[in-house]
Amino acid sequence: MIQLYNVSKTYQNKVQALNGITLHINKGEFVFLVGPSGAGKSTLTKLICREELPTHGQVIVNGRSLPRMKNRQVPYLRRKMGMVYQDFRLIPNKTVFENVAFALEIIGASRSEIRQAVPEALRMVGMEKKLNMRPYQLSGGEQQRTAVARAIVNNPALILADEPTGNLDPDTSWELMKLFMDINSLGTTILMATHAWDIVDEMKKRVVQLENGVIVRDEEGGVYGHDH
Amino acid sequence: MIINTIFYYFREAATSLIRNSWLTVASVGTIIISLLILGSSVLLVLNVREVASDLESSLEITVFLDDGLEQERLEQLEEEIKFVPGVSSVNFVTKEQALENLKESFGDKAELLSGLEKDNPLPNSYTVKTREANMVPSAARQLTELEGVDQVRYGQGVVENLLALTHWVRIWGTLALLVLGVAAVLLIATTIRMSVFARRREIGIMKMLGATNIFVRMPFMLEGMIIGLTGGFVAAVMIHFGYASLLNKVMISLPFIHLVDDSNSIYQVLGALLGAGFLIGTLGSAISLRRFLKV
Repeated sequence: MIQLYNVSKTYQNKVQALNGITLHINKGEFVFLVGPSGAGKSTLTKLICREELPTHGQVIVNGRSLPRMKNRQVPYLRRKMGMVYQDFRLIPNKTVFENVAFALEIIGASRSEIRQAVPEALRMVGMEKKLNMRPYQLSGGEQQRTAVARAIVNNPALILADEPTGNLDPDTSWELMKLFMDINSLGTTILMATHAWDIVDEMKKRVVQLENGVIVRDEEGGVYGHDH
Repeated sequence: MIINTIFYYFREAATSLIRNSWLTVASVGTIIISLLILGSSVLLVLNVREVASDLESSLEITVFLDDGLEQERLEQLEEEIKFVPGVSSVNFVTKEQALENLKESFGDKAELLSGLEKDNPLPNSYTVKTREANMVPSAARQLTELEGVDQVRYGQGVVENLLALTHWVRIWGTLALLVLGVAAVLLIATTIRMSVFARRREIGIMKMLGATNIFVRMPFMLEGMIIGLTGGFVAAVMIHFGYASLLNKVMISLPFIHLVDDSNSIYQVLGALLGAGFLIGTLGSAISLRRFLKV
């Protein structure tokens, strides 16, 4: 599903975020990306959704080389992945339903498709009773669940989550992680950058640890690390 | 699905227009003013041309004769005039006739001329027409040479002045239009830039969700087009009614001046205004999106 070969990324301000990363993620995997701030976790997720291009190396997603991909094909790449961020990124003047429906409107889905798929996604995340509320009327956990519903509404093969629990309290974080596990159990690949060591330790999934732009550890059923 | 998308474009464009209402009004206003200038200079040029060609086609040469010519010489002179190249008709006007004509043109103030009959100061004359307007100057020159001719008069300068006027109207109109047009384009670009800025978060979300460039840009393009078309439409309506009332007034108070009044050419001008507004709006959006919305 995702292959990175000897990938380096140096930003224009000369900061080297990644240095010779090689990483393979298979379909259906649940992978935690851990490491201190500035280790390169966010840069890695940005390379995979082609928000950034690598300075060196090759990034392949769904069998397609991202550095060679033309700009106008990028939207179609992103439609096959769902993204979840720490700050939710909901549109404030749209309701829960409209926020989720927006992902489908953008790709030109019909009204009947929207009427079918949006309630389904909202049921999946447990937000079916609040579909007429606006983001400011919701708790952080509810906002993030809405964002997850939006990420899964067009059945993506991959979910990229960049610190999805960063703004949530521990209980809410756990509920959200259960939701991600449910989604993963249906076959969706999940790559999650996180600082939540307790969650990582408990879930015993594959853990990729980054430090100073280099992968220092990649183990199945791993824990967050020893230095927390 | 396409209809949903189109509906979405219009809704988003309308939201932005309302959100930045003062900028919207300023841009529409600038377009209206530039297009009013464009419209009125075009109409002015058209009309001056019409009047000039009217004048040209009605140009006649008046040949004033020396006093006291004998009948024989008069007849001979008429033959000589007919022989001048380009001349198509010759008409003899006696001094009595000339005075009558003058009185007629004075209308109710004709009594001012009473008493002149006894000692008529007007000379005998020939009214000469040429086959084509451009033959007038050369024919007039040759008529001056004839014996017994005192003075030769035609609308010297009038036509030339009118054509010079159109020339200047065209130059200054184009200049004003260019300056205001650029201002209008820049104002629209600013308006669109504000809209992009107000919605940059939303644009980021749209890109994250896999929106195509067209989908992201279309509402902003539409915004500029709506501004441009609105400005063009208002200017066209103002020119339409303004010109209609001008035609009316001229018809009543200056009936001998014939202005362009065929609806075909007027509608062409109005259509051009609408088109120019659309063009300005589209250009402004395009410039702004190019610079501020890298998708």
